Amino acid sequence: MEDLLIQALNGLASASSLFLVASGLTVIFGVSRIVNFAHGSFYMLGAYLGWTLVTRLPEGLAGTPFGFWGGVLLAALITGLIGMVVEMLLLRRIYGSPELFQLLATFGVVLVVQDLALMAWGPQDLLGPRAPLLRGSTDLLGLRFPRYELFLICVGPVVLGLLWLLFHRTRWGRLVRAATQDREMVSALGIDQRRLFTGVFFLGSLLAGLGGALQLPRESVNLHMDLAIITEAFVVVVVGGLGSLGGAFLAALLIGELHAFGILILPKITLVLVFLVMAVVLVVRPHGLLGRASAPVRGAAAAPDPPVGPTPRPLVIAGFAALALLIVVPPFLRDYEVSILVDLAVFVLFAASLHFIMGPGGMASFGHAAYFGAGAYGAALLVKHLAAPMGIGLAAAPLAAGLLGLAFGWFCVRLSGVYAAMLTLAFAQIAWSVAFQWVEVTGGDNGILGVWPAAWANTKLVYFYLTLALCLGGTLLLRRVVRAPFGMALRAQRDSTLRAEAIGIDGFRIRWLAFALAAAMAGIAGGLFAYAKGSVFPTYLAISRSVDALLMVLLGGVQTLSGPILGAIGFAGMQEQLMRASDLWRLIMGGVIIALVLFFPQGLAGAVRRLWEGRRA
Amino acid sequence: MATEIGRRGILAGATLLATPGLVRAQGEAIRIGEINSYTAQPAFLAPYRNAWVLAVEQVNAAGGINGRRLETVFRDDAGRPEDAVRHAGELVNAERVHLLAGGFLSNVGLAIGDFARQNRRLFVASEPLTDALVWAQGNRYTFRLRPSTYMQAAMLVEEAAKLPARRWATVAPNYEYGQSAVRWFKELLTRAKPDVQFVGDQFPALGRIDAGATVQALASTTPDAIFNVTFGADLTNFVRQGNTRGLFERRRVVSVLTGEPEYLLPLGDEAPENWIVTGYPWEDLNTPGHVTFRDAYRQRWNEAPRLGSVVAYDTVSAIAAMLRKTGANTETEGMVEAMRGLSFPTAFGTGDVTFRAVDHQSTLGAYVGRTALRNGRGTMVDWRYADGARYLPADEVVRGLRPQG
Repeated sequence: MEDLLIQALNGLASASSLFLVASGLTVIFGVSRIVNFAHGSFYMLGAYLGWTLVTRLPEGLAGTPFGFWGGVLLAALITGLIGMVVEMLLLRRIYGSPELFQLLATFGVVLVVQDLALMAWGPQDLLGPRAPLLRGSTDLLGLRFPRYELFLICVGPVVLGLLWLLFHRTRWGRLVRAATQDREMVSALGIDQRRLFTGVFFLGSLLAGLGGALQLPRESVNLHMDLAIITEAFVVVVVGGLGSLGGAFLAALLIGELHAFGILILPKITLVLVFLVMAVVLVVRPHGLLGRASAPVRGAAAAPDPPVGPTPRPLVIAGFAALALLIVVPPFLRDYEVSILVDLAVFVLFAASLHFIMGPGGMASFGHAAYFGAGAYGAALLVKHLAAPMGIGLAAAPLAAGLLGLAFGWFCVRLSGVYAAMLTLAFAQIAWSVAFQWVEVTGGDNGILGVWPAAWANTKLVYFYLTLALCLGGTLLLRRVVRAPFGMALRAQRDSTLRAEAIGIDGFRIRWLAFALAAAMAGIAGGLFAYAKGSVFPTYLAISRSVDALLMVLLGGVQTLSGPILGAIGFAGMQEQLMRASDLWRLIMGGVIIALVLFFPQGLAGAVRRLWEGRRA
Repeated sequence: MATEIGRRGILAGATLLATPGLVRAQGEAIRIGEINSYTAQPAFLAPYRNAWVLAVEQVNAAGGINGRRLETVFRDDAGRPEDAVRHAGELVNAERVHLLAGGFLSNVGLAIGDFARQNRRLFVASEPLTDALVWAQGNRYTFRLRPSTYMQAAMLVEEAAKLPARRWATVAPNYEYGQSAVRWFKELLTRAKPDVQFVGDQFPALGRIDAGATVQALASTTPDAIFNVTFGADLTNFVRQGNTRGLFERRRVVSVLTGEPEYLLPLGDEAPENWIVTGYPWEDLNTPGHVTFRDAYRQRWNEAPRLGSVVAYDTVSAIAAMLRKTGANTETEGMVEAMRGLSFPTAFGTGDVTFRAVDHQSTLGAYVGRTALRNGRGTMVDWRYADGARYLPADEVVRGLRPQG
C-alpha cells in the first residue's frame, strides 16, 4: 500500500516536469498555431545553460542557494531571450506561409542547436549539482522520498497558478487569450500582433528553459534531451487540448500516473504507453480533454490552395526530358550512383503519397512512416517466414500498407488539423512498437536481414529500372487521381466541408479512401526500399522517417503537385551529400533549411511556379 | 573525401613520413571504410575515432603494410541502419575501399554484416554487442572484436553466483541488447545456482527512463540483489534516484559495462560504490603494452583513453596484423581466410587475442571488478582480466547457433 502511494507521488513528480515543458508549447501553439519542433531544443538549452551557470559560479556563490536558484532562473530567462530572437529573425517572416510550413523552419533550428550544443558543451553527459536545501530525502510512510521530487510536485501547480493569473488578471494575458480564440479579430481591433507573438514566444521558451534547468538535480544533461522530450510534450499538449493550459496539466497528470503504475504491471509498456493514451483520448474526444473545436486556421494571410489546372506544357516537356535522362544515363553511372537514384525514386513516391493526403486531402500526417514501414515489413516478413519470391513480396507491400491505412485511417480522418496529425503519429508509434517488441516475428530492433532482390533484378541497374517504373507509375497515378472526379471530391471537401456535403459528397468516405490509397503508395515505396537495402528495421517506421517525409513535402511546397518530387530530391539529395562531406552536416543542413524557408516561403516548387507565372504576367 | 579529423591525421602521418630515417611507404594505399554513429553517439565515438587515427598513424609511421599505407574513409550513419547500408555501398563502389569496419549500434552492425555477406566484402565489426552478429546471423565475411552480450553476462554471472543473494531483480533498457543481457543472465545464473529467484524486471525506454518510478518499482519487489543493464543518461538518472531513495543499501548490484570510463566518469562523485561490473581500469592497468598505448594516446590527444579508444586501436591492430599475414594482398577471400584464427596484440597489454575460426568472434576479454570512489570520481578496484576465450560456449554449441555453410 505504501508502495503504491509513493508510486503515485513519483507519477506526480514526472507530471510536473512534463507540464512545465508542455505549458510553454501549448501557449505558443494557442496563439501562433506553430507546431514548434524547436521547443525541445529550448528545453535542452535551458538545461545546458543552467549547468554552466550553476557549476561555473565564482567563489562564495558556488553551492549556495542563491547561486543555484539564481542560476536556474537566469538560464530560463536566457532561453526565453533566445526563443524571442528566433521568433523575430525567423518565424515572424513566415506566418503567412501555408499551414505547418513553420514546422520546417523550427526543424532547421533543431538541427542547428544539436551541433552548436555539441560544440559548446562537448559530447559527454553532464551531471548537474543537487539542489541546495533539497539534497536528501524525507521519510514518507516509512519509505524514503527525495525532497527535490516533493518540490517538483509543488512547482507544477504553482506555475499553473501563476500562468492563470497572468492570463486572467493582466491586459497582456487577456490579449493572448483573445488571440488564441480569434487572431484576426484581435488584429482588427488594432492590437500589434507582432509584439504579442514575440512576447508569447519569450514566455513559451522561458518555460521550456525553466523545465530544462529544473531537471539539473534529477537528470544528467545530454544531447538527446531535445528529441526525447519533444514528442512527449506534444502528446501532453494534444491530449490536453491545443492551447489549453488546464488541459495540459490534466494530461501531464494522466500520463505521469499511468506511466508510474503501468510499469508495475507491464514493464515493457514504456515504449508505447504515452501513444496509447493519446490514441484512446483522441478517439473518444477528438479535441483533447479540455480543447474546443476551432475554426480551421490556414495561416493568417495564406491564400487558399490554388485550383489544380492541367500540367503546364513546359513542365510536361521538362518531365519527359528528365525521364529520358533517367533511362539513358544510368548505364553509364557507377553502381553507387545508381543506388542513390533508387533511394531518390523511392523517396519521391513516399513524399508524393504524403502530399496526396496533405495537399489535395487537406489532412496532415505525422505518422506516414507507418505505411512505408508496413510495406517494408509486409515484404520482409513474407521473405523471412515463407521464403516468398520478390514479386510476391512487392505485391504484398501495398496490400499490407493499404490495409493498415484503412484500419488507422478509419479513426484518423474523423479528426482535423493537428489532432488528426497527432493521431496518425500515435498509430504510427503503436505500429513501431509492435515492430520493435514482437521479437519472435519481426526480429525486434535487430530487424529482418537477407531481403535481397531476386536474381534477375540483382544488378543495381535492373533494380533501378524496376524502381523507376513502379515509383514513377505510382506518382503519376496519384497525379491522375487528383484530377479525376475522386480527386475533385477530395479537394471539394477540403475547401468547404459544408458545401461538399450539400452536393452529396461523403467527406468521411472520400478522406478514408484517399488515406488508404496514400498508405498503399507509401507501402510500395517501403517495399522497394526494403529490397534495395537488403534489410528492414523498426527505424523504417520511426518518427524521424515520418518527419523526413513531412519535411520533403513542405520543402517542395504543399500547394503544387510537383512539390513533393522536388522536395524529396532536394531533401534526400542534400542529406546524402552533406553526410559524406562533413561531420557538421546537421549544422549546415539546418542552416540551408532555414535559408530556404526564408527565401522560398511557398516551397521550392512554389517558388518555381511563382517565377514562371511572374514571367508570363 | 576524408573528414576533419581524418584529414588532420593524414597530414600528421605525412609529416612523419617526411622525416628522414623513416621508411617511406610505397605502393597504392590500403583503404578502410569505417562507418559509425558519430553524430548520434558522440560521447562514445569521439574517443574511438581518436584512437583509430592514432593507430593508423602508427602503422604508417612504421612503414605501412609492406610499404603500402593505410587510409581510412569515415562515414556517419546517424544511428540509422539504412544509412549505414547506403554508405557501405558508396565506400565499396565509389571510394574503392578494400574492407569495411566499424559499427556501434547492434542493428547497424547487423545491416552492414548482411551487406558484407551479400556483396562478399570483409567487415570487421568493432563495437556492436549483439550475439546475432556472429551467431544467428553470422556469416563468412563478418568478424566481431568486442566481447558480446553473452560474454559480458557470463563474466558477471561467475561473480554473481558467489553472492549469497537469492532474490534478484533486473533493470535493462527496452531493446534487444537489454533484453538479451537479462535473458542470458537469468539463464546462466539459474544454471550456476538453481535456487535463485527472479522477482521483478524493469524495462525503461532507452534514453527516457522515468528513474523515480523505476527505482520504486524495483524496491517494491524487495530483491537481495539487482542486475543492471542501463547505461549512459539512463544509468546516471537511475543511480541518482537510487542513491537518494536508498535502493542500493544492503543490496548488491551487478552491472554490465558500468566500469567503463564512458559510463563511470559522467557520474562524478555520485558513482556507485561496490557494484560488481565489467569495464576498463584505465588508470591502474599498468601492463607494458597498455602503458605504451595510454602514453601515446595522451600525447596525441591530451586526454585519457576510454574503452572505445581500446576497441578502435585493437580493430586497427587486427586489420594490420591480417594484412601482414596476406602480404598486403587485399583480395577479399584471402583476407577472410587470414582473419580466421588471426592472432593480434591488444592495447590492454594482456597478450595476443584471436579471431576464432568457429564463429569469427574475437577472444578479447574485459575487466571484472568492483566500483569505488577515488579523488571524487568512480574507478574500478579488485579487478581481474576475464579472458574472452573462457566465456564462450563450447564449439559444438556455437556450431548449432550459427548457420553453417
